Amino acid sequence: MDQDVQIKITDRDGKLHEIAAPVDMALNLMEVVRLYELAPEGTIGICGGMAMCASCQCYVLTEHPLREMQDDEEAMLSEAFNVKPNSRLGCQIQITPEMEGLEIELAPED
Amino acid sequence: MIETDILIIGAGPTGLFTVFEAGLLKMKCHLIDALPQAGGQCSEIYPKKPIYDIPAYPEILAGDLTEKLLEQCKQFEPGFTLGERAETIDKQTDGSFVVTTNKGTQHKAPVVAIAGGLGSFEPRKPQLDNIEFYEDKGVAYIIKDPEVYRHKKVVISGGGDSALDWSIFLSKVASEVTLIHRRNEFRGALDSVDKVQELKNTGKINMITPAEVTALIGEHQLEAIEATKSGESPVRIETDHFIPLFGLSPKLGPIADWGLEIEKNAIKVNNALDYQTNIPGIFAIGDVNTYPGKLKLILCGFHEATLMCQAAYQIINPGKRYVLKYTTVSGIDGFDGTRKEAPKAVVKSIN
Repeated sequence: MDQDVQIKITDRDGKLHEIAAPVDMALNLMEVVRLYELAPEGTIGICGGMAMCASCQCYVLTEHPLREMQDDEEAMLSEAFNVKPNSRLGCQIQITPEMEGLEIELAPED
Repeated sequence: MIETDILIIGAGPTGLFTVFEAGLLKMKCHLIDALPQAGGQCSEIYPKKPIYDIPAYPEILAGDLTEKLLEQCKQFEPGFTLGERAETIDKQTDGSFVVTTNKGTQHKAPVVAIAGGLGSFEPRKPQLDNIEFYEDKGVAYIIKDPEVYRHKKVVISGGGDSALDWSIFLSKVASEVTLIHRRNEFRGALDSVDKVQELKNTGKINMITPAEVTALIGEHQLEAIEATKSGESPVRIETDHFIPLFGLSPKLGPIADWGLEIEKNAIKVNNALDYQTNIPGIFAIGDVNTYPGKLKLILCGFHEATLMCQAAYQIINPGKRYVLKYTTVSGIDGFDGTRKEAPKAVVKSIN
């Protein structure tokens, strides 16, 4: 049976949400944020998930093993604002069972 | 004043297909777009990426989709106001609307169709104190006239194609070009990267990487910037101009102030009927609108455009009866005098 993973997401207003993210729908973190409407439409996932904007930038607060950063994500983050060493683009991180307990914080809107 | 039947705001796929559907109903269209070319996001953000859910195209590149839509609507001779953003809308006493762009171009039409996608693409501004104070006093996000930089000192920041291309171009015009980027790697066409490397080696471009512009300095106008490499103290660089090139991001912009009902950064429309907004005569179609069950898909935009044109027809031709015609049966009569039609069947007896 497919399971959900529990993820903690701090939204742009600092509010913590504990949500269940399904692993069987090929969702990424950006899409999970949209699924639960944790950021207003039009402020996240603007490019649709192609690593071509940084509207889904988030800070990863735990040490979970995540998909390695690819060139396009790295290039986009190098032009984004408010970037920290733990910045990732949510759209490039697919939800997997290994992400149980992951904690992230959404970066401010640019 | 430009006059047309349907004034379309946004020249993306939905706007372009509106021209075709309107043309079938003998209505003429004019499009306004903030970008300098048609195609919207398809040509600005992802022209080389494939789309897999356009009916009858198992795969089509976004740039090719734009080309095909332009070709499909060509015979209906759409007008274009490109590189200008629709700024204000005024209702006239005759019921029509006048839309004025940020450059003052005026357009008049009885029907306005907002096909604005996520909004107009605006430059992304770096988060520096006082950057707004220096706008037009040394700071610019778009290069309009390269001659402004002749014999001047210029600092460019960014790591994409436009930062590379403008560094190359301005190295021939400006007295000094400094390129600052947060990484050593640049994301751009390979030959641009090689060219910048060559210009750096020959001293035509000063390169500071990995670094960021951290402060702007100048009393009345920009006099210098501060560049900081990570872990090092800031370095002051004298300059006349600072051009941050961090790409474009869409903003709903002035349309948000047109008195339209907005929800979730989109314009609310009546999806039970014709995608009209709360202001009669103004429609919103494609990604810019919202209604229960809305999906932001190109194919949904095409459907919305088609239904909207029927309602526009009734506004433009009040009381006139209309019956749906199939292009296969009726053919297409272009406004340019061309006619497309299915070949007639051959009737010939066999003896």
